[in-house]
Amino acid sequence: MTIVNHNEKIDTVNVVIDGIEMEVPKGTLVIRAAEQIGIEIPRFCDHPLLTPVAACRACLIEIDGVPKPQPACAQVLSEGMNVRTQRSSEMARIAQEGVMEFLLVNHPLDCPVCDKGGECPLQNQAMTVGRPDSRFEGEKRTFPKPINVNAEILLDRERCVSCARCTRFAEEIAGDASLELLERGAQQQVGTANDEPFDSYFSGNVVQICPVGALTSASYRFRSRPFDLVSVPTTCEHCASGCSLRTDYRRGTVTRRLAWDDPEVNEDWSCDKGRFAFAYLANGRIESPLIRENGELRSASWPEAMHFAAAGLAAAGTSAVLVGGRATVEDAYAYSKFARIVLGTDNLDFRARASSTEEAEFLAAHVAGRKLDVTYTDIETASQVLLIGFEPEDESPILFLRLRKGVKRGVSVHTVGPLYSLGSEKLSAHWVKAKAGSEAHAISGLDSEIVGALDSNSIIFVGERAAASPGALSAVSRLGSQTGARIAWVPRRAGERGALDAGAIAGLLPGGRPISDPTARSEVAQAWNIDADSLPNVGLTGTELVTAIKQGSTSALVIAGVDPSDLPNGDELIAGIENADFVVALENHHSEITQRASVVFPVAVVTEKSGSFMNWEGRSKPFSAAFREALTLTDAGVLSMLASAMNVQLNGDTRALRKELNSLVPWSGPRTDVNNHEVHAPAGTTLATWRLLIDSGVMQEGEPHLAATARPSVVAVSAAMFEQLGKPEVITVTGPKGSITLPTQVAEVSNESVWLPMNSPESHIYAQLGCGYGQAVTVKGGAA
Amino acid sequence: MPELPAAVRGFGVTFGTIFKKVVTEQYPEDSSKYPPKPRFHGRHQLNRWADGLEKCIGCELCAWACPADAIFVQGADNSDEERYSPGERYGRVYQINYTRCIFCGLCIEACPTRALTMTNEFELADNNRADLIYEKQDLLGPMLPGMLAPPHDMVPGTTDSDYYANKITGSVPQQSTPQQSTPQQGGVA
Repeated sequence: MTIVNHNEKIDTVNVVIDGIEMEVPKGTLVIRAAEQIGIEIPRFCDHPLLTPVAACRACLIEIDGVPKPQPACAQVLSEGMNVRTQRSSEMARIAQEGVMEFLLVNHPLDCPVCDKGGECPLQNQAMTVGRPDSRFEGEKRTFPKPINVNAEILLDRERCVSCARCTRFAEEIAGDASLELLERGAQQQVGTANDEPFDSYFSGNVVQICPVGALTSASYRFRSRPFDLVSVPTTCEHCASGCSLRTDYRRGTVTRRLAWDDPEVNEDWSCDKGRFAFAYLANGRIESPLIRENGELRSASWPEAMHFAAAGLAAAGTSAVLVGGRATVEDAYAYSKFARIVLGTDNLDFRARASSTEEAEFLAAHVAGRKLDVTYTDIETASQVLLIGFEPEDESPILFLRLRKGVKRGVSVHTVGPLYSLGSEKLSAHWVKAKAGSEAHAISGLDSEIVGALDSNSIIFVGERAAASPGALSAVSRLGSQTGARIAWVPRRAGERGALDAGAIAGLLPGGRPISDPTARSEVAQAWNIDADSLPNVGLTGTELVTAIKQGSTSALVIAGVDPSDLPNGDELIAGIENADFVVALENHHSEITQRASVVFPVAVVTEKSGSFMNWEGRSKPFSAAFREALTLTDAGVLSMLASAMNVQLNGDTRALRKELNSLVPWSGPRTDVNNHEVHAPAGTTLATWRLLIDSGVMQEGEPHLAATARPSVVAVSAAMFEQLGKPEVITVTGPKGSITLPTQVAEVSNESVWLPMNSPESHIYAQLGCGYGQAVTVKGGAA
Repeated sequence: MPELPAAVRGFGVTFGTIFKKVVTEQYPEDSSKYPPKPRFHGRHQLNRWADGLEKCIGCELCAWACPADAIFVQGADNSDEERYSPGERYGRVYQINYTRCIFCGLCIEACPTRALTMTNEFELADNNRADLIYEKQDLLGPMLPGMLAPPHDMVPGTTDSDYYANKITGSVPQQSTPQQSTPQQGGVA
């Protein structure tokens, strides 16, 4: 584990550890200094990212001049201190041995059937510093086992050594302080108040940091032993945080995923979605190419399907390419090239969600091709942080953890939006109340105090939801140029940022190059080895593109990783697909799209391919295949074959694509600024909604324990609206298409908005209401 | 005394042996006369509790202990609807590959529930490799009187600890589905 030090000049102290003289920064703990010279002091409660508590006493050492042994994990080194560890001090050795003997008094000897066996600090340290045999003859303490701390996390209390790592994590890092040490003495145990579940998006981390097998997850419990697993580093494919994870598999099946230490991104943590949502990788995959014959899909060989697809695409008229936000950078780049070179079209979009022209302009002006402008580490030292249309806990949980770390160091957070959420509370955020859909007004009307405090050390985080609030992004752009505050756009999906830089959107070529700029065109044409004139002109995006597909002006479609129910106009897309002349789908699971496609190609999932994701910072996070023997093709591989069936050469090799994309260095030429877009917030009550972290997303399927930890589907209204509606137990929200009735929750919501989860059980906004964020809805107390 | 010619002397052994007890064992004709010793390491058996539930919990310790890599186990979760063993897990897949097994017995030493033991059966030869991979149904012990074929519930009012403490003496009528025969005795000791 790495500790990043930001200071250049550091005060130091001179100390001696086991006779070795060293100079360490002031404030260094004995245990950290000893690590640096390769002396391992046993420990359970110590964790570099948690505050020291000296709860387990396993790390006792001797300090000259101090009569009793001291805990190395909590002892700060001071000038001239002479420390002697178990290696040179008999007192320390006996003390550590004694502590270990006490810890083992009540610890069961179930290592052979314990999940931690083989990677257990207690097992290892009992062997290195413990006594060779036990003197304890009594009966060990037992508890009924296991108990659930939440649906996913199980607790075997008799194994616990009361190190308080889990409780400190819950309180200090996650901010969900419901996990506590209960009772005293031998009965001391981890638990939650009133047996309420430990409600946290980060609960899986307590399993990983537990130094014994007390905390286990329902999904991994008794599935495997650590030494039977093959571990590979990977990048999380669930959101744009870009966490480094470790995937452990056995016999071709992923058994678990753990957070990998990446001090610049996720430190040691991951969210529960990244950790537990991987069942989809194996379940219900499309196994062979499918072609539609007489209205029915049938299996086909690869060459047959390729020729069928090539002939179909060549015969059809104007085409379009829709890439969902889940593609790797290399795959998105392949789509970008395929559309421009093979299909000769610029009708291209990666935004399978509510989007706008304003957003496309904003992305071109402020985001595309700008890497590491704002980083995770910048958050810790920022002066002010402004969140606009962005709910970090749900939409980028690791960014949320970093914000919490920043808040502890004095960063002040302001959130502009219709709801003061639980997450805002955990960030001690200041709420700039805004009716959903009229964020632009709130931004331009920000208190002069807040605006005055914004400087080049401030960060404005904009979420993907801002696209659904007309005028918000141009207001952000103005605020940024007015105050000098840096702007960071945080999409929700892992592939969006990379797809933007790979040019998988109409109007932008790779590296943020405007397709209308002659210099940009010639740079790209040179890299692609084509004639600049053969590059298409600006095409359609977002809503306009979907409308064009529906109206039939684009009649051929290449579509990958898009779920129509994620789009506000998903029905139009489905209607368009039904009418289109030819639809090629690249998918790994069946969907509404594959049911209607002319030809379906199965593609690899993240465990079967190498590639990279670009996180919201613009940081490239490469990963390699876990299952190297997998025979599935990447999207780029399929596109390359399809291109050659259409007599165009397109390299489908991931490494070659990455190299080529890297050679197209970010655009340094002129960028068009965001136009001032009209603000038109609908009158009456508007809908506030976003996707909860754990919801009905298709990539979370197959993991019921995780789904059970989701937050309940409720309608959140302000106290005033609650009164006005006559204090109903359930509230019905009605949109153009239909209504949703859910239990009421009184929360800090703008009086003119009502909040619903976007895609949770019994609350699928687009399908059920037929409108989206910031649009007018009617609210009624009671059932429909 | 003058020595007899060597050719005649040789017959001394032959004639002498004719009147001694025969040491040749007639296998397989008389094999029942020569049973293996009680602790002979023969084919494995997966045992059951007295009520018919399986003892194997799918912990894979046997596979782990096996020096010949002859054992393959895949565990699965018991549920209230489908229970094969007391406690949380059971062995869903259990295979022993007798082309690899060296009958060392480390697996039975490793087994924490005495689910795996060895019988005296040694006649395992076959003419193909596939049949020498014994599946769970080939290894499971016989259904003795008082046993019910799983899946079924644990004896009402008992926990897995009661099973491990050997307090179960047989199945009780409540454990069986209507179609199954009900044994006379059983319950908890």
